[in-house]
Amino acid sequence: MPVAPTDEAVPHQRHGLAQSLELYSLKVPFRIKVAAVWLVICGLLLAGFLKSGFDIAWMGDHAFAIAKAVWVTIAFSIIAISLAVGLALLGAQGRVSRNPIAYGISGFYTSFFRGTPLIVQLFLWYLALPQLALGLLPQQYATWFIWPAQVAGIVGIAFNYGAYMTEIFRSGIEAVPHGQAEAAAALGMSPGQQMRRIILPQATRIVIPATGNEFIAMMKDTALIGLLGTTLLWADPFRMAQLSGKADFRNLEALIAAALVYWGLTAVFSFFQRKLEERMSKGYVRQVKDAS
Amino acid sequence: MSAPIVRVAGLHKSFGSLEVLKGVDMQINAGEVIVVFGRSGSGKSTFLRCINFLEEPTQGTIEVAGRSIAAGIPTRFRRKQVQHLRRTCGMVFQQFNLFPHMSVLDNVMEAPRRISTQSAKQVRDHAMSLLADVGLADKAAEYPIRLSGGQQQRVAIARALAMRPQVMLFDEPTSALDPELIHEVLAVMRNLAQDHSTTMIVVTHEMGFAREVATRMCFFHEGRIHEQCEPEQMFDGSRLPETQRFLDAVM
Repeated sequence: MPVAPTDEAVPHQRHGLAQSLELYSLKVPFRIKVAAVWLVICGLLLAGFLKSGFDIAWMGDHAFAIAKAVWVTIAFSIIAISLAVGLALLGAQGRVSRNPIAYGISGFYTSFFRGTPLIVQLFLWYLALPQLALGLLPQQYATWFIWPAQVAGIVGIAFNYGAYMTEIFRSGIEAVPHGQAEAAAALGMSPGQQMRRIILPQATRIVIPATGNEFIAMMKDTALIGLLGTTLLWADPFRMAQLSGKADFRNLEALIAAALVYWGLTAVFSFFQRKLEERMSKGYVRQVKDAS
Repeated sequence: MSAPIVRVAGLHKSFGSLEVLKGVDMQINAGEVIVVFGRSGSGKSTFLRCINFLEEPTQGTIEVAGRSIAAGIPTRFRRKQVQHLRRTCGMVFQQFNLFPHMSVLDNVMEAPRRISTQSAKQVRDHAMSLLADVGLADKAAEYPIRLSGGQQQRVAIARALAMRPQVMLFDEPTSALDPELIHEVLAVMRNLAQDHSTTMIVVTHEMGFAREVATRMCFFHEGRIHEQCEPEQMFDGSRLPETQRFLDAVM
């Protein structure tokens, strides 16, 4: 029925089936088609799962425990991003410093932590650091460096992301026009005051979108902490899925449940990230427009 | 006459192998208005920036308000001395360089708030009176991006005055402005010079302003003061050939 008016509007057309479909397709909005593609993919996957004996009842029993563990992911992420921002602030000061010691330390830091795999770094903090400490320090101090898996994991993630964010912050600082620091210097402000009061507030605005992206990536990478062998109290969705899935030979169900948890989490934060970016750019555009 | 408020002696400045200033001497008395002009590359801006150590002199001595600093030691090894000298000099830049993340009032209050010992109320009152002086008291709460170039430069002048400097340095303050906005900035500067007898060093090509306000004009050529005299003589047509050529070109 809906095809008919289009046919009349376009005379002298041969009426093949393919052509009718094409004409009909023109009326369907693009995003509806995309949604249909997503539905088909999900449907195929679901059909595959069910065919392979996917145990929905098991998932129903265990999904809640896996999903509940998302608070561990959120806690890990928030602690780690706070540490990482602190490290990146320090690191970026070093990267823009002309002091060879500060520049050298920050260069070594970013090179090593960006140049080695995150998983290796996590095990270095968890297993190698205690050995180093025991070899160097008296027993009572060495035990300070023997950390539970979750502590080693958070520190490891923070140092790794801190290294990447160091470069983000450095570029943010360098993006602030040189005249800003010069104007502050000419007023007699100290280098510290120039940085804190003039440079960093302007750099922050520049680096917020990129930092948001790092945070979302970090939330997913906290799943690696489970590989260090966290206890049940500190088990995140992935760790929970492994523990319960292996016990019942229900790995597919458990891991899909965990994957969905992370997916949902990143979807939520990506949404906020997008809103934040829109708001910041809009604020700037509006100011410019009002000025004219 | 009391001792000069600014004394520059034997000032040299090189950038790598390029020698931009080749020995400049100048003494400025309180209340003088010096207009510095010359071709681009003649060293006039570098001269100004050496006075408050935004550029580190290679050789020579800078003295402002009785405190002198000799070249040779990098600024970071005598930060306090240099910061003190900078507080006695207010500087106005070609590109204004207002802090875009602060309101106009905060721009003016920032340095005295961090540095001076005045109370918050004193700082605020002083900042407001400075903004009134430059005719922008009603813009105190605005952000710089919402102001015209001329207004921004007037705020920058108020900001530089907020530290109660003994000398004001102007680095081509009207060069980045649209022609119709230049006069409002010059009016503020004229007012500073004539009504407040502020000591000023102004790098500019605004010859009308120079003729009217300057007590002395210095023509910079190839890193030296080629010729200096009072404005009446400068424009009487009998200058050194190099100076005359430049004057004929810009007037």
